Amino acid sequence: MDFTDTPEEAAFRAEARSWLEANAPQAQPTGRLMSMEDPEAVKEQQDWQALKADAGWACLTWPEEYGGRGANAIQNVIWNQEESRFRTRVNIFSIGLGMLGPTIMTHGTEAQKARHLRPMLRGEEIWCQLFSEPGAGSDVAGLRTQCVPDGDDWVCNGQKIWTSGAHYSRWGALVARTDPDAVKHAGISYFILDMESPGIEIRPIQQIDGGAGFSEVFFNDVRIPGENLVGSINDGWRCAITTLMNERASLGTSVQGLGVEALIELARNTNWQDGTALDDPGVRRRLADFFIRSKGLQYTGYRSLTAISRGATPGPEGSIGKLVGAPLGQEMASFAVDLQEESGAVRGADAALEGAWQASYMGSPAMRLAGGTDEILRNIVAERVLGLPSEMRADKGMAFREIPTGSDR
Amino acid sequence: MNFDFSEDQKLLQQTARDYLAEHSSLDLMREVLESDATYSDTLWKRTAEMGWLGATIPEEHGGAGFGPLELALLAHEVGRALSPIPFSSSVYLATEALMLAGTPEQCARYLPRLASGELIGTFALSERPGRASTSHLETQFNGNQLTGTKFPVSDGQIAGLAIIVAREGESTSLVMVELDAPGVTCESLESLDPSRGLARLSFANAPAERLGEAGTGTRLADSLLDRAATLMAFEQIGGAERALEITREYCLDRYAFGRPIASFQALKHRLADLYVAIELARSNAYYAAWALDTGNAELGTAACAARAAASDAFELAGREIIQMHGGVGFTWEYDCHLFYRRAKLLSVALGSADLWREKLIQRLAA
Repeated sequence: MDFTDTPEEAAFRAEARSWLEANAPQAQPTGRLMSMEDPEAVKEQQDWQALKADAGWACLTWPEEYGGRGANAIQNVIWNQEESRFRTRVNIFSIGLGMLGPTIMTHGTEAQKARHLRPMLRGEEIWCQLFSEPGAGSDVAGLRTQCVPDGDDWVCNGQKIWTSGAHYSRWGALVARTDPDAVKHAGISYFILDMESPGIEIRPIQQIDGGAGFSEVFFNDVRIPGENLVGSINDGWRCAITTLMNERASLGTSVQGLGVEALIELARNTNWQDGTALDDPGVRRRLADFFIRSKGLQYTGYRSLTAISRGATPGPEGSIGKLVGAPLGQEMASFAVDLQEESGAVRGADAALEGAWQASYMGSPAMRLAGGTDEILRNIVAERVLGLPSEMRADKGMAFREIPTGSDR
Repeated sequence: MNFDFSEDQKLLQQTARDYLAEHSSLDLMREVLESDATYSDTLWKRTAEMGWLGATIPEEHGGAGFGPLELALLAHEVGRALSPIPFSSSVYLATEALMLAGTPEQCARYLPRLASGELIGTFALSERPGRASTSHLETQFNGNQLTGTKFPVSDGQIAGLAIIVAREGESTSLVMVELDAPGVTCESLESLDPSRGLARLSFANAPAERLGEAGTGTRLADSLLDRAATLMAFEQIGGAERALEITREYCLDRYAFGRPIASFQALKHRLADLYVAIELARSNAYYAAWALDTGNAELGTAACAARAAASDAFELAGREIIQMHGGVGFTWEYDCHLFYRRAKLLSVALGSADLWREKLIQRLAA
């Protein structure tokens, strides 16, 4: 057991670091430029992406023929570690590069690959994912947005939701129903959608924490050229699975939020009757529990990295990362607010640490929902790691149009 | 990044697993549980022959000369098998104590006999119900004799050598006592897990000798307990893993409402949570083993995290194996209670999970 790089990994790290040192010193965006609701922030990210693309650092795991580096998973991890020393990663390209690009590589036509992959890689064209619907969340195959053929084109009507970055995306990956008489998974097709098409309306969703990172997207007789179909008609679920598998592989194994060390510091600096909160046995017990889970998660990440370093493919056990990290982040934020007692309800500039823990408290529910809810992740662990049977499906074998979905019964 | 055991180490682990599958079935644990014995002497001799009892003892003293990583994997397998042997008392505690603080002469005197299994060792800190403190002990050592009572002492009725934490003057020392010496009385206690014995050891001017310098008892005991806690964590994780496997099999085989009960999310999600608890504990235990192996100063916090996580995971597994078996889980006939008993016994040996959480925060806050 050791935590050092192999000679090959060390050489790769040195190469990455040396390029970053030469090109990235001024690359850290300012606080204002961290918010992707600001067009200037988007432009700043695009410039950095293009600079990386020209040097072969834009998306390491892509094959070289598409402008990637053909790097293995551990090299990708090393690159991310090194890049994060220079920049906080708010990667607006990750949906395209991590999920949609690989789907096009696997299922797309040669023309689609030639047209889309390079601008995606360079950050010139940003992509969003149009999967979830108001009536189809965890059960995403229950989607109702419909595409009907019209000559060589398709005409799309319906609505998507929770679309991150819809307002700055040039293209979207859309899954829509093309045969409502088929059973649920068999009547879906996968399309590339031009987000500038007439008939698309984007409405930002206001979140409970005040942000608006994602939107509702409405389609009103939107025309999609036939050449933008990915894979075969009614074979879109298979393409969607490719996207979702890549999403799982890109989920992190870190605790969401400010971290257990910051929480221990908060306890140390919080007045508590005649001493500090760190003297209180109840506080100490909770802190110990948070520390143990945080470290358990961090070291589980080391175990995965070791497996990846030896050539393993990230598997479903990677679901542990978010399943543990997201609720832990929420519990820690909630506890940090409690530690402040009556002052805990104060947020913003007058709050301790300018309200960082209150902000974390308000933002943390999202992490337990996005990219697979806690409940879906437990199903993944139960079914794919432990090999337990999947849930009995009430809609099995039914034509889609017969299935009650969402709250529409 | 190489946060894993080596191929050689894994081979040793597999050999141990295969060996125990043959020689230490749950039936053996049950046999001891239902008899007057408190361990299986046959299995003890076999593990000695396999070289496990002297795993970390240098070859010059009759051991295998392995490091703590190999011993951790053996502990994991002993844990999986719920083996009815005093492995933790004799190996992680008595043997490790001698190697930590013994003089060359003391090591030469005892290590070969511990490695061969002819001598069983144990360790005693607790004197009464409640949390023990090395600075408030009643057992006294006067330089060559020991007086006082230790309660309870794991495997005390089969041990020939005990490492005792005792008061010496105004401070604390580690002391060794041969348990067949005059002035030592041993009384067997009823154990929550009768496959592992507990005893009351009383000393009335019993001949004893110091282990380490006078007054270093607190520091040595802390260090010894960190090492033992790390190894014990592997034993606990082994037990938890086995309980999960048995529970999973049962839920797949058992039908209710026309379907396997393993298809109900009410159970699937809890099995997933148990799996996650075991994996987080395992990762913490790996880190502690790495710190132990490399002598890293982080062992102090890593051992606490590993131990508390492993205690919680095994206890959770012990509760869930009974709950998910339903009524039969509460019968003597089914094996579920073997895990429920062993999980609690191992949790309180070396101190509860809460004790280790408190120790963790003391060290983080220092």
